[in-house]
Amino acid sequence: MDLFALAFYAFAILIVGCAAIMVFSKNIIHSAFALMFTLGGLAVFYALLYAGFVAVTQLLVYVGGILVLILFGVMLTTQGYFDKVQTRTVNLLPATIFAAIIGILLIFVYLSTDWTLNPLEDGEVTLTGLGELLLTDFMLPFQVTGVLLLLAIIGAVLMAARTRPPLQASQPAPKAGPESQKE
Amino acid sequence: MQQFLESFLPAGPLVVFVFSIIPLMIILVYALFAIWLERKVAGHMQDRLGPMRTGGWHGWAQTIADLVKMIQKEDIVPAKADRFLFKMAPFIAFAASYAAFVAIPFSSGYIGSMIDVGVFYIVAITSLLSVSIIMAGWASNNKWSLLGAMRTAAQTVSYEIPTVVTILSVIIVTGTLNLMEITELQSGNTFLGFLPGWLIFHSPFMVIAFVLFFIATLAEAHRVPFDLPESESELVGGYQTEYSGMRWGLFMLTEYADMLLLSLLGAALFFGGWNSPFGSYLDGPLWGAFWMLLKGMILVFVMMWLRWTLPRLRVDQLMNLCWKYLIPLSFVNLVLIALWEMIF
Repeated sequence: MDLFALAFYAFAILIVGCAAIMVFSKNIIHSAFALMFTLGGLAVFYALLYAGFVAVTQLLVYVGGILVLILFGVMLTTQGYFDKVQTRTVNLLPATIFAAIIGILLIFVYLSTDWTLNPLEDGEVTLTGLGELLLTDFMLPFQVTGVLLLLAIIGAVLMAARTRPPLQASQPAPKAGPESQKE
Repeated sequence: MQQFLESFLPAGPLVVFVFSIIPLMIILVYALFAIWLERKVAGHMQDRLGPMRTGGWHGWAQTIADLVKMIQKEDIVPAKADRFLFKMAPFIAFAASYAAFVAIPFSSGYIGSMIDVGVFYIVAITSLLSVSIIMAGWASNNKWSLLGAMRTAAQTVSYEIPTVVTILSVIIVTGTLNLMEITELQSGNTFLGFLPGWLIFHSPFMVIAFVLFFIATLAEAHRVPFDLPESESELVGGYQTEYSGMRWGLFMLTEYADMLLLSLLGAALFFGGWNSPFGSYLDGPLWGAFWMLLKGMILVFVMMWLRWTLPRLRVDQLMNLCWKYLIPLSFVNLVLIALWEMIF
């Protein structure tokens, strides 16, 4: 077995194991950290397929962005910081039906697809081609995504600003805490 | 470098192993030196001498003595802590910091990997650092730890934007994300006849870009005036509160490794990396490593210098500085650099 196959199987086990922990863990923070390893493992898969840019984007967006957001969301929305945030099982019957349908579909797709293995080409530069494609053939989707994200940001700012009184002008400016230096 | 190692080491995996632990050796020696230097700088800034006794000459062995002490300490895990995450967090933190060194060209003959997304990779992998700090803070089951960790995450996520935008303005000039190619572009040619062809001399806006980059990296490395995550006067020790012994030592090592990483990144982006400041004089792979580390260490020294010069910011001031000044300025600067590139 060569190094690539070894890495593939090692990280496959890591991904599946962490995904299982994520689903079955009662503690939602544990789930979030298990999600981190799942997403990181996927990034390794992209790297193994010479898709360096996708791997790095996966790390930056999912681990650096979305995961931190999930952790923030969990920590800020629970009442006490240190209550063990428990997950419960609700809607057992619909969930089972949906899971069964999706499982059957996935198995069907897996069995009916003709899996062809393309040999990997070593050291192919993906970044330049990607940039050129984004600014020529895929200009419209690229711009539309940008506008969508901008709208999302404006919406988030609007929602965050509405829950607060406009300005605390009457309140005196908070004084700086006592400063002391290290060591 | 790899061929050189292959010439006297027998097996393939051994070559890879030696090749990949070279930065680790550099970081370990540097951390020992930098902690000593930090104390000496602190001392001299305050008209003291700093550590003087251990080892003889100006207390050079003080950090080594501290390290030996730290190794002997008991490994304490708080009773109510989440044991697994608590124990894992320091390792993930250091792994994230160390993994980023892959894309740093230490000299013209040594870079961990010639990936074409180099700088982008460094930005992405260091975001694991904030996750590991949240992990440490939450697993400690301690108010100060968690508050420190939340501050860290908020700070890192915010200051990543100006860092990335200033890096992007360098990328506009170089047209590549690979730090090795960026460094090669800065070699040889001189600017105005006497200045080396470093990117900081490329245009006046590059100086602004460097200042913005340096401020943002100070915040990313959690250095004073942005060391809110571990401000002793408010948070005891931030996310490190419950850690002791070698696990705390690993966090310390991570912090110093992060400083070195961001300084080397700054050196490679703006100060010509491993290029000699005297054109082709004193050039070559070994001198390259010397220049690269020297430039990095100078930036590290400036970080230490600032620590004893500036008071710490409040949380709201920190966020104001980032969102209201650094981000708009860096975007305007990006546009100006792009215009400069179009015109000249």
